[in-house]
Amino acid sequence: MIPELGHFSLILALGLSVALAVLPALGVYRRDALLMQTGPSIATGLFVLLAFSFGCLMYSFIQDDFSVAYVANNSNSALPLQYKISAVWGAHEGSFLLWTLIASGWTLAVAAFSRGLTFDMKARVLSVLGLLCAGFASFLLFTSNPFDRNLPFHPADGGDLNPLLQDFGLIVHPPMLYMGYVGFAVPFALAIATLTTGRLDAAWARWSRPWTNAAWAFLTVGITLGSWWAYYELGWGGWWFWDAVENASFMPWLMGIALIHSLAASEKRGVFKSWTVLLAISTFSLSLLGAFLVRSGVLTSVHAFAVDPTRGIFILMFLVLVIGGSLTLYAWKASGIKSEAQFEWNSREAMLLINNLLLVVATASVLLGTLYPLLYEVITDGKKISVGPPYFNRVFVPIVCLLFIAMAVSPFSRWRRTSGDVLLRQHWPFLLATPVIICLVTYVVATGIDVIAIGVETLAVWILVLLARHWWQAGSISSASQLGMMLAHAGIAVAILGVIVTITYSEGRDVRMNPGESIALAGYDITFEGVQKVRGPNYLADQAEFNVTRDGEFVAKLRPEKRVYSVGQNVMTEADMDPGLMRDVYVALGEKVGDTAWAVRVHVKPFVRWIWLGGLLVALGGFVTLLDKRYRRVRGLVSNNVVGTAA
Amino acid sequence: MTFNKSLLIPLGVFGLLVVFLALGFRLQDPHLLPSVLIDKPFPEFELQDLRQPDQLRTLADLSGEVSLVNVWATWCPNCLIEHPELLRISRETDLPLYGVNYNDDNGKALGWLARHENPYEFSIVDDKGTLAIDLGVYGAPETFVLDASGVIRFRHVGPVTPEVWRETLLPVVEQLQGMSDG
Repeated sequence: MIPELGHFSLILALGLSVALAVLPALGVYRRDALLMQTGPSIATGLFVLLAFSFGCLMYSFIQDDFSVAYVANNSNSALPLQYKISAVWGAHEGSFLLWTLIASGWTLAVAAFSRGLTFDMKARVLSVLGLLCAGFASFLLFTSNPFDRNLPFHPADGGDLNPLLQDFGLIVHPPMLYMGYVGFAVPFALAIATLTTGRLDAAWARWSRPWTNAAWAFLTVGITLGSWWAYYELGWGGWWFWDAVENASFMPWLMGIALIHSLAASEKRGVFKSWTVLLAISTFSLSLLGAFLVRSGVLTSVHAFAVDPTRGIFILMFLVLVIGGSLTLYAWKASGIKSEAQFEWNSREAMLLINNLLLVVATASVLLGTLYPLLYEVITDGKKISVGPPYFNRVFVPIVCLLFIAMAVSPFSRWRRTSGDVLLRQHWPFLLATPVIICLVTYVVATGIDVIAIGVETLAVWILVLLARHWWQAGSISSASQLGMMLAHAGIAVAILGVIVTITYSEGRDVRMNPGESIALAGYDITFEGVQKVRGPNYLADQAEFNVTRDGEFVAKLRPEKRVYSVGQNVMTEADMDPGLMRDVYVALGEKVGDTAWAVRVHVKPFVRWIWLGGLLVALGGFVTLLDKRYRRVRGLVSNNVVGTAA
Repeated sequence: MTFNKSLLIPLGVFGLLVVFLALGFRLQDPHLLPSVLIDKPFPEFELQDLRQPDQLRTLADLSGEVSLVNVWATWCPNCLIEHPELLRISRETDLPLYGVNYNDDNGKALGWLARHENPYEFSIVDDKGTLAIDLGVYGAPETFVLDASGVIRFRHVGPVTPEVWRETLLPVVEQLQGMSDG
């Protein structure tokens, strides 16, 4: 009964989202204020219905209702409660229901926090969002209904949730990621709504900024969590794999950075307007493309959901309608947009332009690498090829290094023109001194000197020092926006330091160990004490014990496990690590290779935590900008501005 | 207002992308694979028997009458879902049902069969996935219907539910059996 209620509520939600797409837009067309104002109440109803539907699915999971096919495939009566709940979004159908719920949540947020918008604009934006929700809901109902039943013959117990997903990181990672992906629908809807009016003014950019920042900050948290999860759960100490699905989240993230910066220029100086609109469309399009890649089975990946071609065709049609439609609208309407201001090559506008170009090139290189296997297969009629980290490292890293240079100097540039000494003359002593200092430090603490590493470290330290100096000179931070910007930039620098130090100075070995043996690695002595059987709620494990010491002093006891999950008989490696700000000691248990011997993988990874700390700092910066007072008193500004533009 | 043609570039790029995505889709559509294999002889193989590791199974062991070949694995949740139906088919019909244990661990596979009962005449150990590659197996489970001379006549991707059996596989089997009787 409960699943049917959920199903019914989903059908009603589809109806309401169609109403949301049609009614406010009709109101705009007929200049009917009453119809225009139907948006917020429909949006509320839509969110409530979808939340109820989602609750019903969750209830079916908690109650172990294996007559629901989706529950039977992804849960099991022995699964601990928190994983029964997270299993709701553990596979395609449920995760898309979550996606749709989040889309309606953003729609509701727009309806509730849009005092600054004119009624006309608000109606247009809500209609666009309603159209998107209608697309998502019909995709659910027609191709991926999570409430389908397995009747009359249903299994007595379920097939279990993929053990890889039975983990805290995976409880929070998808919701955060979807908040980001779907959040970009808001600046998208604003851009579309603005295009339909044909009036791009500063108000539009100012209004888009907090929404873009929020969506992007959520996406940052999601990507950071995903990377952290891959590190401790996949069992081989990597934290980024250039996997197609990771790239799918990375592309809108990169484009989102471009959009954030371009919006700033559009708002403050009235430049790049048409370009910014294109970026807003592209960012959300890349989110949708990511969903297509993950869910259509076109690309193979560790993350890919079950393959069903009807789903892929549906999403492709949706992509054609949404992206094709908005780009057509763009081509048609953007001709009339003129940028007003002039600027010089060393102005802040020019810096932002460089930022945008580099980010777009970086995104395009990731897109090419992700789709290349597919293009190759199409062109050669079935030959397979895979594009791995070597491509991405070779193409992506140089672009990003250029970006970092621009990032270091640009916060100190001025709008319109910057005097030369601010940009360059003050920096050369520092740029000469830093590599020398880093060389000395590296020589003392690490094994070798790596030119690229020192170059990148110099850049990162440079960014941090300049930010600190800026703070020092300014005496105080003028606004939440500025604080957020500084936090985000500092976070990027911290993450770069983590990445480069981890890549360059990590040490790792795969060894065969008998109980009692020990291995020395990067100053640590790691002793294998033995293995014992341990029983978990839904698995049996071989749990090893390792004693880690440094110069004879105790550091940590590590207990990596090899788990066999009872239902699917899946084997999972559960690595254990001693985390630290300066280094992680990481041990993973491999196969048993003799009577008592085991294959063991040990790593010492310096600075690896900095990657995720940096990521969280970046996200924090994004969230802090939302506190900016300017976004609260937008109403007056908007009306002034509209008048100004009309005049 | 003059129309700026360069504004069409994004649309053009996107159009190209869609063409490739659509083509890529056609390539990987698992439902297109059967047309390649249907009416071709089952590929030759020489692989271990799961229960009697010293016995090698070959194509000759599958021929002689209309039969089902089911690709399964312990790591595949859908295999567990179709399992009751396979058991019922093996109990209630004379149709020989052979298993191909795909990319699996022998110990685990035997344990799985002991726990859930064995519907198969025998299972072939395809731990390297070589036979599965020849068959173009997309994932587990998949079920092939072979005629008496060992030619593949039908392929079903996904679990064999009671409906699939009743509406799809059984008619094919009956038709083939009718042909070989006549």
